[in-house]
Amino acid sequence: MTALLETRDLAMRFGGLTAVEKFCCSIEKGELFGLIGPNGAGKTTVFNMLTGVYKPSEGEIVLDGTPTTGLAPADISARGVSRTFQNIRLFDELSVLENVMAGAHQHAKINLLDALLRTGRYRREEESQREQAMRLLDFVGLGDRAGLPARALAYGHRRKLEIARALATQPRLLCLDEPGAGMNHAEKLELSALIRRIRDELGITILLIEHDMKLVMGLCERIQVLDHGQTICCGAPAEVQCNDAVIEAYLGAGESGRKKTADH
Amino acid sequence: MLRTLGILALICAAAFGLHLVLDSIDAYWARIANLCGISILLAVSLNVINGLCGQFSLGHAGFMAIGAYVSAFFTTTLRYFDDAAGQYVTVLPLLDQSWGFVPALLLGGFAAAAAGLVIGIPTLRLRGDYLAIATLGFGEIVTIMITNFSKVGGANGLSGIPAYSNGFWIFTFAGICVLFTLHLQRSTFGRALIAIRENELAAEVMGIRTARIKIAAFVYGAFFAGIAGGLLGHFLQTISPATFGFMKSIEVIVMLVLGGLGSLTGAIIGAVTLTVLPELLRDVETSTGMPGIRMVVYSLVLILLMLFRPQGIFGQRELSLRLLRSLLPGRRKEGAPSAPAAFTAQQSVEAKTFFARAPQTLPPQNEGKK
Repeated sequence: MTALLETRDLAMRFGGLTAVEKFCCSIEKGELFGLIGPNGAGKTTVFNMLTGVYKPSEGEIVLDGTPTTGLAPADISARGVSRTFQNIRLFDELSVLENVMAGAHQHAKINLLDALLRTGRYRREEESQREQAMRLLDFVGLGDRAGLPARALAYGHRRKLEIARALATQPRLLCLDEPGAGMNHAEKLELSALIRRIRDELGITILLIEHDMKLVMGLCERIQVLDHGQTICCGAPAEVQCNDAVIEAYLGAGESGRKKTADH
Repeated sequence: MLRTLGILALICAAAFGLHLVLDSIDAYWARIANLCGISILLAVSLNVINGLCGQFSLGHAGFMAIGAYVSAFFTTTLRYFDDAAGQYVTVLPLLDQSWGFVPALLLGGFAAAAAGLVIGIPTLRLRGDYLAIATLGFGEIVTIMITNFSKVGGANGLSGIPAYSNGFWIFTFAGICVLFTLHLQRSTFGRALIAIRENELAAEVMGIRTARIKIAAFVYGAFFAGIAGGLLGHFLQTISPATFGFMKSIEVIVMLVLGGLGSLTGAIIGAVTLTVLPELLRDVETSTGMPGIRMVVYSLVLILLMLFRPQGIFGQRELSLRLLRSLLPGRRKEGAPSAPAAFTAQQSVEAKTFFARAPQTLPPQNEGKK
């Protein structure tokens, strides 16, 4: 098996509240993996555990054979897991380009003295960071906005910038938390193409949380469905679509089978 | 690197020129100018902690006190009064030279930096108000410890410190501090500092080791505060714990807030303004015949500024030639609205601020080479 990420019985409890329980998943290298579920199902909590923002109450996370359970976010980032946030978290006062360069900070091979004295090493590092960041901005289609402050960007562009910044950390696994939220149809199509290009051209495995079923079903190869912190289904889009438990989670119990798909 | 050394040489030359000018002008104003230099050191160094990294520290006077006392302790104990000669004689011959006190000054800076490291590690877990209170406590601890330490004069303070500070040393160190801070701000470390200020969680998830960077900011700021303290001690020739009380820290913070928290040029202008303003207002007292009115006007100026420009004079922007140009009325039409879209990445990154202009006066072959 070439699982890039494996979780075993991951659980997260906040006091008496269990946000996620027995979360097991296995994401293959190069896969486009979807994580869906109704609001409050625990999807973002899973992301927070995977990226070290929360320490799981139970269970184990294994990244490419080495456990990363309970490591600090920066250590997990150094091992190649990056993410975007549901409520966009950019460095507003930095420029678009600087946001992406900040994402590459951990790879800078200079010390403070190099920066203070502006040694040759510093200049080369700065130059390569800038080039790399420009390439990423061009890749997500923000190349012409590099000099703007991040706070001046339109909503859809802010989402793309977060993706570019996450890519600058050179991840093996990129976790996208509702990248399509608040976007219109055209923007979503563009986003969908971008996500596919990240996987195909950059070879980065993608874990996607998304509410837009068309986007998820069209993009992901496998989908896992969460409801009230429990995994209720995992499989190919077609299987998930006609799974009774999924339909019930989304549309409520009742005359089951009245609706054929969870697509709404 | 070569270019940086060139700029450092220029700073020394400029400081020397300034020193000669200050020597020839009225001693009262020369004194204020020198105090301005020390204020610049304080404000610019605190700006790294408070402005760039967003860690609200109220302990800057504590770092200053450590620097002042450590350096003054060395220079005062290394000399004695020779009755036969009727003057002070130094144990180390190099202290007779004007540069001789630089090692003592640096020692003070390093001692303050060490204190920054010590205070930085435990207080890192604190944020906002809590960090402010912890650093406030640190400042108080330092002054109380000095008060109870009779070796350095206790509450009476330490007097008879040789007057080694002068315009040259003050402005050389202020220049170095400004240059290094500018370099820091525009490097990957500066971006990391601002990233922490803007969104600590995102910075951490993007692989920025926030704990390490925050400690580095404290150490860096403390070092230059220590240097400023040492310079002040050798300038005033008498220091006491009261010199470095809580109000001193507040004064530096007011300088930053006035100039615009997070702006290097704002810090410099805030430092100069708040050092010169109380002196200028002395004239108000004599002309109105109301002693004490000076501080009322001073406070009023601050209140009005906060009412009408809460982000400070510069906000988080820097005073740059481009900013000045966009403010010119004639250029506004083509300059201001279309400017952001027209900037290419290259231009914006290479856009030189007011201060970065100076190096361009160097011969062009140094440009971009080393």
